Amino acid sequence: MKTLIRTPGLILRILISVLLIVIFLTPFYWMILTAFKTLGEVLAMPPKFWVQSLQWQNFKDAFTRIDFLHYTRNSLIITLGTLIGQVLVVVPAAYAFARYDFKGKNWLFGTVLATMMIPGQLIFLPIFVMFAKSGLLNTYVSLIVPFIASGTAIFMLRQTFMQVPDSQLEAARLDNAGEFKIIYTIMMPAAIPTLSTLALLTFIGTWNSYFFPLVWTTTDAVRTLPLGIQRLQDIEGLSPQIVMAGNMMLIVPILIVFVVARKQIIKAFTYMGVK
Amino acid sequence: MKNRSKSMKLLPYLLVAPAVLILTIFYIYPILYNVYLSFFTWNMRGPMKFAGLDNYIELFKGRDFLGTLSNTLLYMVMDVTLVMVLAMLLALFLQKNTFINRFIQTLSFTPNIISLISVSLIWMWLMNTDTGLFNYLLSLIGAGPVGWLTDKQVALFSLVLVSVWKSVGFNALIITSALGSIPAHLYEAAALDNASKQSVFFQITLKMISPTLFFLILMNIIGSFQVFETINIMTQGGPANATNTLIFSIYKQSFEYYRVGYAAAMAVVLMAIVGLITIFYFKAMGRRVHYR
Repeated sequence: MKTLIRTPGLILRILISVLLIVIFLTPFYWMILTAFKTLGEVLAMPPKFWVQSLQWQNFKDAFTRIDFLHYTRNSLIITLGTLIGQVLVVVPAAYAFARYDFKGKNWLFGTVLATMMIPGQLIFLPIFVMFAKSGLLNTYVSLIVPFIASGTAIFMLRQTFMQVPDSQLEAARLDNAGEFKIIYTIMMPAAIPTLSTLALLTFIGTWNSYFFPLVWTTTDAVRTLPLGIQRLQDIEGLSPQIVMAGNMMLIVPILIVFVVARKQIIKAFTYMGVK
Repeated sequence: MKNRSKSMKLLPYLLVAPAVLILTIFYIYPILYNVYLSFFTWNMRGPMKFAGLDNYIELFKGRDFLGTLSNTLLYMVMDVTLVMVLAMLLALFLQKNTFINRFIQTLSFTPNIISLISVSLIWMWLMNTDTGLFNYLLSLIGAGPVGWLTDKQVALFSLVLVSVWKSVGFNALIITSALGSIPAHLYEAAALDNASKQSVFFQITLKMISPTLFFLILMNIIGSFQVFETINIMTQGGPANATNTLIFSIYKQSFEYYRVGYAAAMAVVLMAIVGLITIFYFKAMGRRVHYR
């Protein structure tokens, strides 16, 4: 009897689950499907929900119609530069905020927190003017440096550093270890989970970044892959199969990272959401 | 030992200096510089001319800005309402920790880590009036075709749909984790009292996660003010300016019409709006919403 009563609810649950899966999967499926179609299949009405033969040529076309390697290299340089810069700048700052008392500390930390509330989209224009005046326009520096002192990163890392036991620090100081040695041999190893979480967030954010590379550049010199894909749309808009193939090549690296580090990424986003 | 303690006094300042310097140069100073720019007329090339409040007067006199502002507000209301309601429903639906629920949760979260340009291109293709999947599916039930991105009554809502698809999973995830942290004894007590389902939901569930909900609402409001990528790729502000929102307008005024001062003034107004909402939020949080 019990199962009979529960059946309608169960069927409803299954239906909703299937609907949700369809809603979240269809756009990706449609992209992949389109990327492997011929132009004829793409334009066919009614649309085809499967492909006759995989058109790998679409990927080759996407790769050659824009200077794919150039954009990819820029994306990698900027992503890597931001990651390294963040470690160099954020770790010492977070350590000082976590482990020292100094005059003006609260005030300075307040400044760091306040910058977390300022949307960068609101101040792209004055920064563009600053770059133009100082000759930094179309340089890697302009797309890396503004992002290496992330307030979120300082905040998260400070929380972690505060949890390292005092006894460890005292022992190291008795051994006359320098501050930088303490940072690199005690603090950073203790913070590896936080550091790798931050690295993931930075990688995703920088790899996907479209707005700032768009508004802070005037030539293709340092533009990144998302802008390359938009360029592909501009010149190949009438061949959706090529655009979708290019789009897939932009998405796949992120998806691989997501599949590998799913738990950590979700935890990181949850942390940011409930801070 | 004396020497060491003296250098120790300076050390924390040296450690925080690079970070504070960068944040000052790229966050604090640009805000002030933006206000400064808003008092001038300048086309990025010639000399800057002091204009007093002219830019602001033009903002509120012209129809352009007010239309843009109303598009932005309309987008915000639709986006925040839909995201919050659907995320809440999704979170409640996925509350039980089963394999299939975890799978759906991960799946619904995936769009959140995908670049907005990719998402925009995919949806633009789905929403194509002639060859898009959506209009084909509508034609199966004898409806449509809908000009998802070409009909000025619909285009703004289409952009909201994309935004909802992208962010609902993330919001649901946060709500789920808030739901999970409600102490079980509250529900047990309610069960002993024979409380109705509704009153349990409103008196316990909703009350306990209200700080999270208010935080998400704030984040979504601020986020919706910044909508840019989908517009720049999918509609270019059209048709007939129906999707021309504030950030996109600031971008166009700066780089297409070279009206730096006017664009800066717009940014100041937007900054003031975001600032007021944030201050209001922290004031309200301090007084009303209760933390555990």
